Amino acid sequence: MMTSEKITFYIDEIECTATQGQSILEAADENGVYIPRLCHQPDLLPGGSCRVCTVSANGRNQAACTTPVANDMIIENGSEEILDLRRAVIEMLFIEGNHYCPMCERSGNCELQAIAYRLKILAPRFPFMFPSRKLDATHPGIFIDGNRCIQCGRCVRAAQQIDKKPILGFIGRGGAVRIKASSTEGLKGVDISPDDACVKACPVGAIIVKDTAYRKPIGERMFDKQPIGSEIEARRTS
Amino acid sequence: MAKPRIATTSLAGCFGCHMSVLDIDERILKLAELVDFDKSPINDIKRFSADCAVGLIEGGCCNDENVEILRAFRKRCKVLVAVGECALMGGLPAMRNGVPLKECLREAYLDGPSVVDGLIPADAELPLLLDQVYPCNEVVKIDYYLPGCPPSADLIWEALVALLTGNDADLPYELIKYD
Ligand code: SF4
Ligand code: FES
Repeated sequence: MMTSEKITFYIDEIECTATQGQSILEAADENGVYIPRLCHQPDLLPGGSCRVCTVSANGRNQAACTTPVANDMIIENGSEEILDLRRAVIEMLFIEGNHYCPMCERSGNCELQAIAYRLKILAPRFPFMFPSRKLDATHPGIFIDGNRCIQCGRCVRAAQQIDKKPILGFIGRGGAVRIKASSTEGLKGVDISPDDACVKACPVGAIIVKDTAYRKPIGERMFDKQPIGSEIEARRTS
Repeated sequence: MAKPRIATTSLAGCFGCHMSVLDIDERILKLAELVDFDKSPINDIKRFSADCAVGLIEGGCCNDENVEILRAFRKRCKVLVAVGECALMGGLPAMRNGVPLKECLREAYLDGPSVVDGLIPADAELPLLLDQVYPCNEVVKIDYYLPGCPPSADLIWEALVALLTGNDADLPYELIKYD
């Protein structure tokens, strides 16, 4: 049960307050502490799948987006160990897809890339897999490029929870999991529009609305100058 | 004391990274004070004349000649730096990795819409294409990576100065970019 009882907890020795029932990530956001995240989107139920938000909570590694914050909890968010674990997760996402940033229309506005920048990743430590993935270009206004999908599930949850139409889903298992429109005809066969929450939910360049790319020059894109999470950190009072 | 030597090469790249090296502007004079250039397209020296302190590699490996040159650089250079997305992960040329080589050649030289009297080039002088485009670190050990397409002149400069002076590179947020 949610109560409005206030609790105190600590992130990297910063004293923070939260409401009973909040996740560590929500509470951190409110206190102006940024915890990197990819599968989490505030208006969706947490997915808990990407593990980028991993923090050490009372000595145990936990996903901040699905773990409730507790009174007196001691959280490590910026230790070298946690940062390196996050780097490894981000690097794995880069090598297991085909992320050609120089030719992706989402570059500069991509959350995966932005977190990699923030973590100062120069190159992944793992070998590139160059998987063979499909493009769904059947729809006149929207396409899905499976090469860039990181399986975060944000589009799937947004379609169910906000758009109230389960038009996107995953097929396959484990490393073979793929995002797919729920029609044998692909995107063309489903009721989808550029304004749908499921289209806007994609943090990377996997779901793209045609004729919208390259509107902002390099230098003015979302993450060219400001690291991702700066807007959350700006909330910090102490 | 002799100045450290530096060598550079462009494998399966577009020379954009070399342009970015030149883009350090007047700092190139300072660089010339710090180092002597050995084999490099910048001075058009074709052969190594001595062992080098630093080798800058642009581009990945798409043919047997790239592999040969990269291996020679590994032998002659103490520190190898993969410069740019192509050296680091194959870059644009690696987009062919999802398509069998035969199909690529057929599309480019036989079936392409603008092809007239198509012929797949097979002259013995031409380097042999590899089945895939390989990131440099899959062929030899790479010591450092500078991402970007191309990496900015400032990033290249910061990294070079750090390497040559033995200090840690100071890489502010704006310098790390993948495009
Ligand atoms: S298409 Fe985008 S939002 Fe959907 S799972 Fe893939 S990366 Fe996530
Ligand atoms: S943001 Fe928490 S697991 Fe993805």
